[in-house]
Amino acid sequence: MPERRVVSPEYMLFDAPREKKYLIGNEAVAEAAKRANVDMAIVYPITPQSEATHIIGDMYAQGYIRDYYRGEDEFNVMSAVAGAAMGGVRVFTATSGPGTLRAFEMFPVWAGHRLPIVCAFMTRGVNSPLSIQPDNIEIGWLADTGMLIFHAEDPQDFFDMTLQAYIIAEQPEVHLPVGVCVDGFFVTHTREIVELTPEDEMLPPYDPSVSPVVAMDMETVPVRHMKDPFVMKSNYISYNTHASWQQEVRAAAERARKHIYKYMGGPIEVTHPDAEIMFMTSGTAAAQARVAMERMRAEGIDVGLVKIKVIRPFPEKEIAELAEVPGIIIVPEHNITGWLAREIRSRVNNNSKIYSGPRVFGGMTMPPEVIVKETKKLLQAGVAV
Amino acid sequence: MSTLIGLPKNGYRVVPGPEAYLSPSAAIMGVVLPEEGQGLIEGEIVPQEVAMEEIANRLLSARNPMLFPGPLVLWAWSDKAVAKAKALQDMVAEVPGMRIIPMPDYRPKYPMINPEVEINPNHPNLTIWHNNIDVCMFVGVHCHFANLALKIVRAGTDCYTIALCGERGHEDAMITLRDVHAEEVRKITETIKRVKMGRVSCQKEE
Repeated sequence: MPERRVVSPEYMLFDAPREKKYLIGNEAVAEAAKRANVDMAIVYPITPQSEATHIIGDMYAQGYIRDYYRGEDEFNVMSAVAGAAMGGVRVFTATSGPGTLRAFEMFPVWAGHRLPIVCAFMTRGVNSPLSIQPDNIEIGWLADTGMLIFHAEDPQDFFDMTLQAYIIAEQPEVHLPVGVCVDGFFVTHTREIVELTPEDEMLPPYDPSVSPVVAMDMETVPVRHMKDPFVMKSNYISYNTHASWQQEVRAAAERARKHIYKYMGGPIEVTHPDAEIMFMTSGTAAAQARVAMERMRAEGIDVGLVKIKVIRPFPEKEIAELAEVPGIIIVPEHNITGWLAREIRSRVNNNSKIYSGPRVFGGMTMPPEVIVKETKKLLQAGVAV
Repeated sequence: MSTLIGLPKNGYRVVPGPEAYLSPSAAIMGVVLPEEGQGLIEGEIVPQEVAMEEIANRLLSARNPMLFPGPLVLWAWSDKAVAKAKALQDMVAEVPGMRIIPMPDYRPKYPMINPEVEINPNHPNLTIWHNNIDVCMFVGVHCHFANLALKIVRAGTDCYTIALCGERGHEDAMITLRDVHAEEVRKITETIKRVKMGRVSCQKEE
């Protein structure tokens, strides 16, 4: 391991020289964890995440990470990282699909404890018969846990968003867990050029003294709530406290918005904002929609793209404003439920112009041709633009 | 987005209650935290000095002003904490009738809390009601618990809330300042002295 030096978050994200490497997404996220000055990683392997956490284990052996072990299962892992974060250290973990569901109880617990844990979700199918293939249905479920949720398009996003996640998560007024999600295999196992910051530069150590809650033991809340009659009381005060607690978690997510603008350049990226037809999407569907957009524009069809990088806090004002212009909004997704289309519909006036689809899942790819064809079908059907 | 100066576009103001059965978080209603050198008055971003002046006016006009110090200033866990606590004692001494009720920890005390001698973030309204507090100041309370308490106070009482924060401030208070350490507390004390002198001068002229 080279001698490392601490650099400011602003320097690392905006000014540090970048070196091009040819990496898969799993390697890119591990490189981010290396530069994030992580104190402790606790993981349990699951496809398509396993390679990333294997590499992080190697990094522990090399001295980049101070402590590391493999838990017994995902619930154990997500509980253990909570304990580590309560103890005041910076932690990293990752999981996929069924692992996400097995550990699910812990995600609102992280948020409720205001723990700035960063967890990579390499999403995959969760249905029976068993599938290990790409499908991001779990992001829709994670969206209401109180965590901040980012959705990366490619290995470069995965690297950058993981670093940005630590910086934003640890802001004193935010101090919430962040899920950095990618579409499994399409990102985790796809090799692309990734521009990395220098290996010998790392973020400043986590400062637990800025936490909005006290260092936890069994005598301080919210742990104390668990064993105190308070939590069981059937009265207005008890209910009101619990309600206010949840509101404060959501308020903290709201406070993340200005940091999302500062460190991520905003929650969305827009190409051709005045287009008559707009693709609004996230993750690898954004990459496919971009190709579809370029092909249709070459044919003289006025198409634009909104890539949604941040799912929580959802960019509701930005989406509502952008939705005023186009006659049709098309939302391609890699899941059966259409959770992103639901999110957009609920924020937009005149939402009858929003078309949820094309949607693929269970491991199916989404060729740009499918997006082009579906869009043209809508136009031929006489949908007003 | 969040650095817009002024009130949220929806016109929401953080004012004394009782506001609602369950008040919304001010952040969700569009109130944003101040940047360095700024404060918030009822949800509006103002220069720090303006907020200090308003704090002085509110404290000096109160019938029963109260300081609620939390663990971060009640315990001598650092030299800075000690200095801030001493500065707060000096400030309290400058406000006629101002008293101190501590928030020593955050453990729920229901139903055994004695609201005469302590305040708890889970049911701060009990202490406000019991002591007829019309203006209160939170300081040294961990941010999550301060926001929790401030919102519950706003929901159920007509108390005017002030929060001095060592970090980024509190939207749920009617007045808040960020980055408040011993030096900033001393500035507030100086402002209180100046405003008090001004009031005495006015009375003499009358």
